[in-house]
Amino acid sequence: MKAFLGIDLGSTTTKAVMMDEAGAILGRGITNSRSNYHLAADIARDEARVDARFTLLDRALEREGETGDEAVQFRKRLLHRFRKVQRLVQLASLREEAVKEAASARLSQYGDGLVPKVREIFEAMERDWRRPKLSVGPSSDFFRDQAAGDYGRLAEKHADRAVPFDALMSVFDKVIIVVENARMDLTFEGNIRVALAECLGGETPERRAKYEAAVAQAADAPLDLVRTIGTGYGRQTLPFAKDDIRSEILCHGLGAHLAFPRTATVLDIGGQDTKAIQVDDRGIVTSFQMNDRCAAGCGRYLGYIADEMNMGVHELGPLALESTRHVKINSTCTVFAGAELRDRLTMGQRREDILAGLHRAIILRAMALLARSGGIADEFTFTGGVANNPAAVKALRQLVVENYGERTLNISPSSIYTGAHGAAEFARRATQDVEA
Amino acid sequence: MSAERETTGGREGEREVKDASMLLQKEMIAGHFTALSRAKEEGKKVVYTFVPGNLTELLHAFDVLPLYPEINALQSGMRKKSGGYILEAERLGHSEDVCAYVKSDIGMLRAGNVGPTGEKLPPPDLLLLSYTGCFTFMKWFELLKREYDCPVAMLHVPYQGDGEFTDEMRKYVVDQLRSEVIPKLEQVTGKKLDEAKLEEALAKSSVAEDDLVWVLESAKNKPSPIDAYFGGVYYIGPIFTAFRGTDAAVEYYKTLRSEVQVRLDQRLGPITPDGPLTNERYRLVVEGPPSWPSFQEFWKMFSGEGAVVVASSYTKVGGFYDHGFRHDPKRPLESLADYCAGCYTNLNLPSRIEILARYVREYQADGLLINSVKSCNSFSAGQLMILREVEERTGVPGGFIETDLVDPRYFSAANVKNRLESYLQMIEQKRKSPGAPRGPSGAAGGGSSGPRRLEVLP
Repeated sequence: MKAFLGIDLGSTTTKAVMMDEAGAILGRGITNSRSNYHLAADIARDEARVDARFTLLDRALEREGETGDEAVQFRKRLLHRFRKVQRLVQLASLREEAVKEAASARLSQYGDGLVPKVREIFEAMERDWRRPKLSVGPSSDFFRDQAAGDYGRLAEKHADRAVPFDALMSVFDKVIIVVENARMDLTFEGNIRVALAECLGGETPERRAKYEAAVAQAADAPLDLVRTIGTGYGRQTLPFAKDDIRSEILCHGLGAHLAFPRTATVLDIGGQDTKAIQVDDRGIVTSFQMNDRCAAGCGRYLGYIADEMNMGVHELGPLALESTRHVKINSTCTVFAGAELRDRLTMGQRREDILAGLHRAIILRAMALLARSGGIADEFTFTGGVANNPAAVKALRQLVVENYGERTLNISPSSIYTGAHGAAEFARRATQDVEA
Repeated sequence: MSAERETTGGREGEREVKDASMLLQKEMIAGHFTALSRAKEEGKKVVYTFVPGNLTELLHAFDVLPLYPEINALQSGMRKKSGGYILEAERLGHSEDVCAYVKSDIGMLRAGNVGPTGEKLPPPDLLLLSYTGCFTFMKWFELLKREYDCPVAMLHVPYQGDGEFTDEMRKYVVDQLRSEVIPKLEQVTGKKLDEAKLEEALAKSSVAEDDLVWVLESAKNKPSPIDAYFGGVYYIGPIFTAFRGTDAAVEYYKTLRSEVQVRLDQRLGPITPDGPLTNERYRLVVEGPPSWPSFQEFWKMFSGEGAVVVASSYTKVGGFYDHGFRHDPKRPLESLADYCAGCYTNLNLPSRIEILARYVREYQADGLLINSVKSCNSFSAGQLMILREVEERTGVPGGFIETDLVDPRYFSAANVKNRLESYLQMIEQKRKSPGAPRGPSGAAGGGSSGPRRLEVLP
């Protein structure tokens, strides 16, 4: 099967969308950009490929006539097991590197005690990670977080006078980067059968055969990546040919149109820029505005605010929704964000009220860009990471009505993939143009 | 129109002719700064004045040396010194929002007033404050007056708010020339105005102006032999500064014209920092000044994409010749007044829209790109309105980028490149999609005849 890939190399995250010849999305992948766009692009692509195989599995199950609840449950179980198998592959690699590192000359001062302790920690982690209930996300995103949390906790427990906590953490800090940057087989094809074997207990022989057949079809179907188009801030640094690069403005415009075909105006608030885009009825950009060199009021700003408040960035919106009092924030300057926040807390204002004010300030800035780009027409599609923030959406709804009247506001749950989706469609069309 | 002088054929020959005008301009500038550095010992008087609508011929008639602080600031920008000068001015108390030309100039002054050629600049004997289209000029010279304690001659040129320069307005300016500017020059130099000399200079101006206009209009051809913005700023150098009304300027424009004629004959594109441009993919009209500290980088962002600027408003900032204005020895003071009033930033918004829309049509452009600079409200105020209106009238898409004249802190290369590329891709996408509204030019680089195409030799 022919496949087309769009990769959106954002400042914070890198997204990939894989598409089939008919334009249907096969799979999506996302990872942190981690200032290494090459690796980020590879990981996002690999993940989109895994996701695509699961889509192929769905299609195969359908062909086998397996569409009922049981099949849905099986699919869910299989995905969960698969993620775990991936995680254990990564953990095994981490363990191998860690033992090597612990035995290295760099840490010889800790004598013979270090290696056994590192082994013990990893054995405990592996036991823990094999537990059936352990929840895991996509392979790239949370491995570091999860490993760091568990390793740190266990290191604290295992540390003693001869092998102190710092020595154990020094091993981890050194090798986690190596493992994160190492290529290992996390593919569907390479790991699905291990996961499948753990999911078939209790099934009837007939159903087992159908599941095995469907998995085999999904794993063995040729997935021929015909063309890749890159977009986003990092696009210049990747070895894409000039013809394989599109501006993210065009990709967001087209991506929003694909998700919501009646889209006329697009607002995208990403990590370090905000874009207001007008598109025609085919998703072709007719006008756009974006912020200048200053990233005030973009996703990164919320990130700083979250750090300053010692919260996760995803907790900000829900907390802001609890606001009862209107607080007016003038500055959306990321550099001054911390100072402004502390000033206001000192003045006795409540966190939720300040946060609601901050969200409104961000949206006010976006409204100015929208006005400059030609206003807000119907329908209006909001994309980018900030579109998942309920307080930002609430402020936007309010300001749209106040300034432009009622508009249909579209937000897709996968809005973060909008740019990559548009890029994939450009890849598909470019190939069709050539073939035509 | 045809070539006026014999030119050598072939790439080598063309390259040599190209170099001739560049070298000539370099010599002219070097000579001028050397003359300035020796002004005091040679007993020459020095007048500081502004570029838009300047009175250079009048200064030549008094045999004084003009010096343009805006040009110094621009040169400091190109030599990557403006950033430091601006910080120095900010230490002196000028805020971040003050025009960066002013701050660069003040900073340079404090750093020893060394000009672009490394020679020290003389203090002024007179500040000729002809303020046209820019209120900040007045404050700028107010600051310089405190630094130098010299007389100021003030010329107020009325804004063309209603889109025309009336007889009353002309009389108002001429009266000021007679009652304020000329007497002050006479006082400083100790001599009477030499009217014959003024008329002679005005006649020379007009000759050079004809050639400049021919060069700028050569961009109506496909492919355009020049870049009317990045190359254009070099072409306007002599005419908008110390050389208008001199033999040197007449010679420079004659040489330049013959070089462009050769490029035209051979159907060559403009010379860019990356060499000659061979694939004209986009024809753009640009509104607004360039960003001087990143001039080359900025230009390469265009040339790298095959984008050629075929007309620009910035090259009309010193004076505006499109409607046929030329300096006229038969009506010396009146034509100086007309020149002052006609410069681009002294025109109202409807006039600017009209000019830009006409450029899009006559130069068969694919779009209008605005470089909005933070420093200059004379340029920037109303630009989005201009953009929308030109889009509406011409059907070509508009693009908008934001930088600054000489403050390097306001040039974010990644952001500018991103916006420019997005804009060009938007043009490309519109072009490709059948049924999309098209600009008057259709696909660029087709080489087909336009309505006012200049004659091209086979």
